[in-house]
Amino acid sequence: MSSEWKFTAKEIAERTDLFMSGHRACAGCAPATVHRLVLKAIRGPTIATNSTGCMEVTSTIYPFTAWKIPWIHTAFETAAANASGIETALKVLKRKDRIEHEHVDVIAFGGDGGTFDIGIQALSGAVERGHDFLYVLYDNEAYMNTGIQRSGGTPLGAWTTTSPAGRRIPGKPQLKKPIADIMVAHEMPYVATASPAFWTDLLRKVRRGLEVDGPAFLHVIAPCPRGWRSDPSKSIAISRLAVETCTFPLWEATDGEYSLSAPSKVMALRPERKKTVTEYLKMQGRFRHLFKPEFEHVIGRIQETVNKRWHKLLGKCNIS
Amino acid sequence: MTAIHQKGQKVIALNGDEAVAYAVKQCDVDVVAAYPITPQTIIVEKFSEYVHDGEVDTEFICTESEHSALTCCLTAAAVGARTFTATASAGLALMHEILYVTSGCRAPVVMAVANRALSAPINIHCDHSDSMAERDSGWIQLYAENSQEAYDSIIQAFRIAEHLEILLPTLVGLDGFFLSHTLENVAVLPDETVRNFVKQRQFPLVENHDGKMVPFKLDPENPITIGPLDLQDYYFEHKRQQEEGMQKAPEIIRKIHDEFAERSGRTYGNGLVETYGLDDAELVTVCLGSTAGTVKTVVDQLRAKGVKAGLLRIRAFRPLPVQDIVEALRNAKAIAVMDRSCSFGGYGGPVFHEIRHALYDSNLHPPTVDYIYGLGGRDMPQHMIQRIYQDLEKIRITGKIQHPVQFIGLRE
Amino acid sequence: MNPKKKKGWKEIPMAGVCWVPSTSYLTGDWKTYRPVWDSEKCTRCVLCHLFCPDGAITWKAQTNEMIFNYDYCKGCGICEAECPVDAISMKLEGEP
Repeated sequence: MSSEWKFTAKEIAERTDLFMSGHRACAGCAPATVHRLVLKAIRGPTIATNSTGCMEVTSTIYPFTAWKIPWIHTAFETAAANASGIETALKVLKRKDRIEHEHVDVIAFGGDGGTFDIGIQALSGAVERGHDFLYVLYDNEAYMNTGIQRSGGTPLGAWTTTSPAGRRIPGKPQLKKPIADIMVAHEMPYVATASPAFWTDLLRKVRRGLEVDGPAFLHVIAPCPRGWRSDPSKSIAISRLAVETCTFPLWEATDGEYSLSAPSKVMALRPERKKTVTEYLKMQGRFRHLFKPEFEHVIGRIQETVNKRWHKLLGKCNIS
Repeated sequence: MTAIHQKGQKVIALNGDEAVAYAVKQCDVDVVAAYPITPQTIIVEKFSEYVHDGEVDTEFICTESEHSALTCCLTAAAVGARTFTATASAGLALMHEILYVTSGCRAPVVMAVANRALSAPINIHCDHSDSMAERDSGWIQLYAENSQEAYDSIIQAFRIAEHLEILLPTLVGLDGFFLSHTLENVAVLPDETVRNFVKQRQFPLVENHDGKMVPFKLDPENPITIGPLDLQDYYFEHKRQQEEGMQKAPEIIRKIHDEFAERSGRTYGNGLVETYGLDDAELVTVCLGSTAGTVKTVVDQLRAKGVKAGLLRIRAFRPLPVQDIVEALRNAKAIAVMDRSCSFGGYGGPVFHEIRHALYDSNLHPPTVDYIYGLGGRDMPQHMIQRIYQDLEKIRITGKIQHPVQFIGLRE
Repeated sequence: MNPKKKKGWKEIPMAGVCWVPSTSYLTGDWKTYRPVWDSEKCTRCVLCHLFCPDGAITWKAQTNEMIFNYDYCKGCGICEAECPVDAISMKLEGEP
């Protein structure tokens, strides 16, 4: 279940931005919104860490920092290992009475490259060891920091610079890795998905992730106008459509028990409200080539995959 | 032995790895993060026993890789913890990226490296390829001659790494199997003495983004940002700061060595280099690690025959104590450097590079040759060291060098 | 402290510790369009504040106003797109 934490929009608006203005993320960057919102949900003293990636780079261009809270970056594949070291040090130093704070939360941020791909080993290890931290995956579905290369998080058919829309191969031939399900398979206390468009759901899940004892994993869809070839003003709208098309359903799994979150539950109870993937794809230039007659079948495959994964999810949530 | 008992020390049979684990146990370490790899494994096994038997107040993170082990140590140190890890060979190579990050973040992690060959072909035995490959990573490197020194050096390493003028990670090399797995009588100090010696970590003040001078650690009261994107305008300055830590290190390493000697009664030269029979020596070998023990025996034999043989053992390879090396080699007529690793395609091994380079600025330029030896654990018996001294004698007499760089102990 | 003045290695904090808040770096000149707020239409739902990637819109409780900080606004237009009551419109920079 999500956090019991109650709040109003205005209360959230009154909370200080701990991810400060003046960072150099692109205009319309949803990952930046995600970082802001996540830090709006913290419950007390917190230390944050990022894997190498867009948000690390744009938030800490020396000598500037956008982080109002203590923050460290070490390398690309290390977000979860960073958190492991921080959490362990906090635990032992508290025990030895060398830290005053009653409790300090630890949040690790990683992009899709740093999570699905190069950082999955450290993440898996940290979760297996049971460190008490929240891992936030801000998923913009490609290596955007290096200039839009495909990752394990890039969806089927998407154009990237290493999965170009070629004459023979139309974008990425493989499916997106079901990373959140992989994390659930770790039998960890809390896994959830979120979208910045459904910000109350996102905030509650962040809070829940911090509240649970042990590791929590939050997978947040985070459109990148630059890499998705989308209108910067539509980043939130696209992250909403991702949910409404069931491309990116919102759910949480507490101790392995799946349940649909409200925005997706609507789609389950009122299937007629579920939109087609075409609506989602057509807002993004990275899928433009799929609208050519010779590649339209890929759109069919995307829809089939979405349906299949959605029904599988409904089964896990005991909704027939 | 009298001296040992006077200092309240006790002698116990320990192999090199156990000696390291014992030292770590006494140093009030907060976080140990490690991954098993031969010939280091005994360290983590032994330390796990201390943790599970409640003999230490330390969190031990059994990570899923050496890469994560060092990363955990780095970030734990950034929070303010005293941290330790141990590895060897491929494990150190896997840490390569984070070695640089650790020194760049000025995280005073201490690490034991049970020196072992690098693959391929895979080999679990001793040479120095692993740590030599990391000589430019910004870590202080100390090499131990025996298990006693491994024990003593680990304790000193915490003081060195955490010294506010240095704040650089420190590595203690002990030769795989030759030291790591060989039982030796090791004199250990009382827990109390070690604790008082290592003290608690202190933190320098740094200016943060709120314009405040705050302790250099991740603390919610006084937030700092560590590890930013650092471009053309400042990266160079940060690297220069790191080098400053290295420049200051020799003097501090020496002082800490002397301070430790007061408590233990044990010295290793001046803490940076150790000389053996060097005062009037004409034929000198230079080496690191356990080989020095064998060389000392040969030096004694040669001295008995009237040969003016001597040894210079480098204890601190990083920072390189250039002045001490030049001073120690001032009277040498011929020098043989012994390299337990190969710098493929280079002019000799890494120790040779450094020694010849250091001598270049001194007014004397004694003939200096290099012997690559002992790769993959190949033994270096006394007769081969005798051969090196014979070669040096020829060079001394003729003034001619036939083979500036050669392999020794290798079948043709 | 003036972040534009380049300091020497002896002057800067060690280990790359950042000594300037990002708020000293103004990203406002990135924008082509700027959001213009209609106080009459606005319901103060604060969604624009929540969704803004740059934290450039704040709600001032005392006066119940939405404050648009053009020093940081990059002109992405998310606020206009997400405003449920069309209280924000994007205007070309330089135009009234």
